[in-house]
Amino acid sequence: MRSYRPGPLLPTREGRDVALFAVVAILCFLATFGAMAAAAAQRAADGWSRAMAAEATVQVNPRPDESGDQAAARAAEILAAVPGVIEAEALERAEAERLLRPWLGEAILPDLPLPHLVVVRLDPDQPAQAAALSRALAEAGLDARVDDHSVWRSDVGHAAQTATFAAIGLAGLAALAAGCAVIFACGAALQARHEMVQVLSLTGATHAYIANLFQARFAWLAAVAGAAGALGAIGLLAAVILGGGDQGLTPALPFDWSDIVMAAPTPVLAAGLAALAARLTVRRLLHVAYRTETRG
Amino acid sequence: MSSAVRFETVGLRYDAYGPEVLRDVDFTLPAGSFHFLTGASGAGKSSLLKLIYLGAAPSRGQVTVFGQETTRISPADRTSLRRRMGVVFHDFQLIDHLTAFDNAALPLRVAGQKPKAYSEDVQELLNWVGLGARIESYPPALSAGEKQRLAIARAVVGRPWLILADEPTGAVDDDMAVRILRLFVELNRLGATVLIATHDHELVGRSGMPSLHLDRGRLTQVPA
Repeated sequence: MRSYRPGPLLPTREGRDVALFAVVAILCFLATFGAMAAAAAQRAADGWSRAMAAEATVQVNPRPDESGDQAAARAAEILAAVPGVIEAEALERAEAERLLRPWLGEAILPDLPLPHLVVVRLDPDQPAQAAALSRALAEAGLDARVDDHSVWRSDVGHAAQTATFAAIGLAGLAALAAGCAVIFACGAALQARHEMVQVLSLTGATHAYIANLFQARFAWLAAVAGAAGALGAIGLLAAVILGGGDQGLTPALPFDWSDIVMAAPTPVLAAGLAALAARLTVRRLLHVAYRTETRG
Repeated sequence: MSSAVRFETVGLRYDAYGPEVLRDVDFTLPAGSFHFLTGASGAGKSSLLKLIYLGAAPSRGQVTVFGQETTRISPADRTSLRRRMGVVFHDFQLIDHLTAFDNAALPLRVAGQKPKAYSEDVQELLNWVGLGARIESYPPALSAGEKQRLAIARAVVGRPWLILADEPTGAVDDDMAVRILRLFVELNRLGATVLIATHDHELVGRSGMPSLHLDRGRLTQVPA
């Protein structure tokens, strides 16, 4: 007697699977790239926050008996001696004009009264607090206002948090849409295979056995589609990094090679989600059939 | 003798406002008995079998199979009951993308048996029903008679306690019909309860077995 290897109970290839594969792959691509964008947004926010936290700006109001440049130079000297300050440098008028030129143009700059500023670079590990800087200036008899960028930092933090949540939300929506697509496809597959399911049930297959068949099939399809989507996201990430030079395509979203890690769980998550969706759908439909057949 | 199947004032309508396809059906099949179920087309033979294999629930009355009321049965008990039945459907209900071997082995496979354990038995059974050369063929490539024999092989492969067959000899020649009938008789001799729906009166007469007769949904002949 020959030995026979049993064939798969569900047909291995079905036309409608191609469409489902494409939908799940695209959604997985969007979800993965969304997660990568969330990580990049978070990274950008951290970078900006760190840069702003490492600096403070002091505006000096000169006394009647001294010039603005003199007052700024004196303030810089005093601030440089405060613990937690690495360097303090008075911003010369020429430098201030250079910074304003793109915004105000050449014509009015010479007549414009400009604030006398001191740029203070802080120790990133133990930065001097704004209160300490103000105290040191007051003790030296300087009328000055210290801006430690906390308002900007807070705004940037909120903006980055919003961008991160938006990216995570989009990734979540894409995952939800993938789940819905699987539920729909699974229901359609079950309807299309209604007679086969009926035969399996009549020959003694349990609901769990039938659900396992569909679950395994859709989990595998979603895993492969998820891998395709993840590879697509990695490809786009590579294009953005390689095509964008040192700062990536945009400094606002500094993608990094380490973001590839975000793609690793995509096939597993897609498979898990599809398995769960398929299982619940099949069990529900089988239960409806059972209730019809038993008046239950 | 305990009963394998018992119908008590059973009525069946598929649609709440449709006609009753079975009306006040009362009978008992003792365990280990052999019966034919006769009646014209549309008399309700297939519907009666459907109620036994739990493919539908009666609209009224009670159907009891091996002591279990079919309308109050859990999914697990229903599965266990179905594993004790072998059903030959009028339209065969074979799975087109499975080979003849896989179709015949289906009840054993879904029950969790390993191919190694059932491979020989299935091949032997397929040889016996004359499908030895078609083991790896798919149903669409089989003739109506071959499909019918394959459906019979699938129904009996698990040595069921109850065999329900809907026109099992409708698509085979006389010799094969006798051979199939002999198979059912042999399984009955080994303890299986057999109910065969047919309108082949010659087959019924030749077998000498008792029969139930349905006429427009009513049972008009019940063996004593």
